[in-house]
Amino acid sequence: MADNAVKRNAPTPWTDGASAPLIHFEGISKRFGDFVAVDHVDLAIYPGEFFSLLGASGCGKTTLLRMLAGFETPTGGRILIDGVDMTGIPPYERPVNMMFQSYALFPHMSVEDNIAFGLKQDGLAKAVIRDKVARSLDLVQMSRFAGRKPHQLSGGQRQRVALARCLAKEPKVVLLDEPLAALDKKLREQTQLELVNIQDRVGITFVMVTHDQGEAMTMSSRIGLMNAGRIEQVGSPVEIYEYPGSRFVADFIGAANMFEGTVKGGGGRLAIACPELAHDLEVAHADPLPAGSAVTVMVRPEKMMISRDKPEAGLNWAEGVVADIAYLGDVSIYHVRLTSGRKVQALQTNLRHTEEQRLTWDDAVHLSWHPANALVLTR
Amino acid sequence: MNNRAAALYTALALVYAFLYLPIVLLVIYSFNASRLVTVWGGFSTKWYGELMHDHQVLDAAWLSIKIALMNATLATLLGTLAAVVLVRFQRFPGRALFTGMVSAPLVMPEIITGLALLLLFVGMEHLIGWPDGRSMTTIVIAHVTFSLSFVTVVVRSRLSQMDRSLEEAAMDLGARPLTVFLRITLPIIAPSLVAGWLLAFTLSVDDVVISAFVSGPGSTPLPIVIFSKVRLGVSPEINALATIVVALVGVAIAIAGRVMMRNERASGG
Repeated sequence: MADNAVKRNAPTPWTDGASAPLIHFEGISKRFGDFVAVDHVDLAIYPGEFFSLLGASGCGKTTLLRMLAGFETPTGGRILIDGVDMTGIPPYERPVNMMFQSYALFPHMSVEDNIAFGLKQDGLAKAVIRDKVARSLDLVQMSRFAGRKPHQLSGGQRQRVALARCLAKEPKVVLLDEPLAALDKKLREQTQLELVNIQDRVGITFVMVTHDQGEAMTMSSRIGLMNAGRIEQVGSPVEIYEYPGSRFVADFIGAANMFEGTVKGGGGRLAIACPELAHDLEVAHADPLPAGSAVTVMVRPEKMMISRDKPEAGLNWAEGVVADIAYLGDVSIYHVRLTSGRKVQALQTNLRHTEEQRLTWDDAVHLSWHPANALVLTR
Repeated sequence: MNNRAAALYTALALVYAFLYLPIVLLVIYSFNASRLVTVWGGFSTKWYGELMHDHQVLDAAWLSIKIALMNATLATLLGTLAAVVLVRFQRFPGRALFTGMVSAPLVMPEIITGLALLLLFVGMEHLIGWPDGRSMTTIVIAHVTFSLSFVTVVVRSRLSQMDRSLEEAAMDLGARPLTVFLRITLPIIAPSLVAGWLLAFTLSVDDVVISAFVSGPGSTPLPIVIFSKVRLGVSPEINALATIVVALVGVAIAIAGRVMMRNERASGG
């Protein structure tokens, strides 16, 4: 299986079958009146994971997180944390702590008191509390600001305090609701990796809700992609991107060129008739499908080569005219209009300062891709 | 200064003169040496001295302050509870009706409220023997009925601006609902409670109409005493008393205003 993008040698307990999940959603549903927010979700999250629930707004990801925290009651199914059924257990007795999108720092308390609040509820000794507060502040490098009030802090600093407040109680799970949405772009990117490093150090399971696919890809061990209250696909960032299980996933994560077609036959190497291209497509490493099945062939833009010359034999190809060029500096995205009239995207890295014959508008080009770099989608 | 600005300042001065000229005159005449209210006889503070020896007025003032303190405290307590229910318990049948009904006393003619309360007290006395005649108790109850609406309005607006996730975060960190209310909600809405308390205090101190219905012999609050004294012919002593009341109310309103302003600034930042 493809390995993780962030933690290269991280274990993958979801593959070995012997590990017990830390969080288990069993047929969880949530209805608000007639509206189904979460629809029969089954999901297992393992100890030490950084799990992201990714989806557009209104897909049910936040509701799922809030049910885990205990703020919403499921209308069906149950949630287990570390084997314990959470049904009927109020938020203040669950072994989870949540970092809110607004950070929800108590405005009338100093940074220190904010972090100590949760520890005081546990009735710990004063010395122990002081010690734990100091350690949490140190972890997020906010020790210097212990005496400040939240309104005296910047957005990034508030975010750190909110995280420290979650970690101070050493919960089994930390829940993050759009943790970086309130930060500006530069700070967000920097904080992404920092958050992963902190999670790595404390070893606590993180469950994050986000609508930002880049964020999910960068930070997660696994992603659960949600659509209309259901989980569309669960997998590592690489799996989700390279092997999407459905058209929805392929389209949601990154850009995708899709060609509709019918299976003609073939074993491990499928031949697919594609009316749009006037010649058959070949896809390697595909699951066998009966001839006549309607399928979609998906090719990522960066896997398409673009050139004026006719491609070598053995590759899939298509002919077209350059209709639009998005020059982004490091890469260029070419929008090519095929003879059938539809547009596909091809992405090319700008390896050299100057190209002798840079492709330009209205150039006749060939797009080509290797059969191993296309994917057959049946859903 | 150009013409436009001059016109604006003139308009402003006229409005404020309209609003405050009577009060300014009253304050000036409280320092009048003459026994005749409308004739200026030179500066003197003797009416303040005489006021200090008028036991009827002093007793009434003390009664008014006691009533106002009790009223403000009770109204703040009940008004806050009403506000919490109206804001926090979003889904219960008749919520819209209750929201409307809690603010109805704000616009209800006082004379009707007073009459209704009098009927209630008399009826209750016949039925259960309580309250025993019109006394301080009946005045406090009557004042609470209308001032709690003001408290509810003030506290409700503050509470509905408060970020709901603060309470959730506290609960998430292990605090039980009562702890959440006492340690998180209450401190955050405290400024509005102070403002509501001061408002209720002021309303009670100058209420005449409702008090007239529900007060009895031996329990006459200050405004009623002033009112009856005026009917017998105005003594300059009344001017002195009125000046003191104006000063007290002015201070209370200034404090309430300051607290509310700070409240707004804190929630904005």
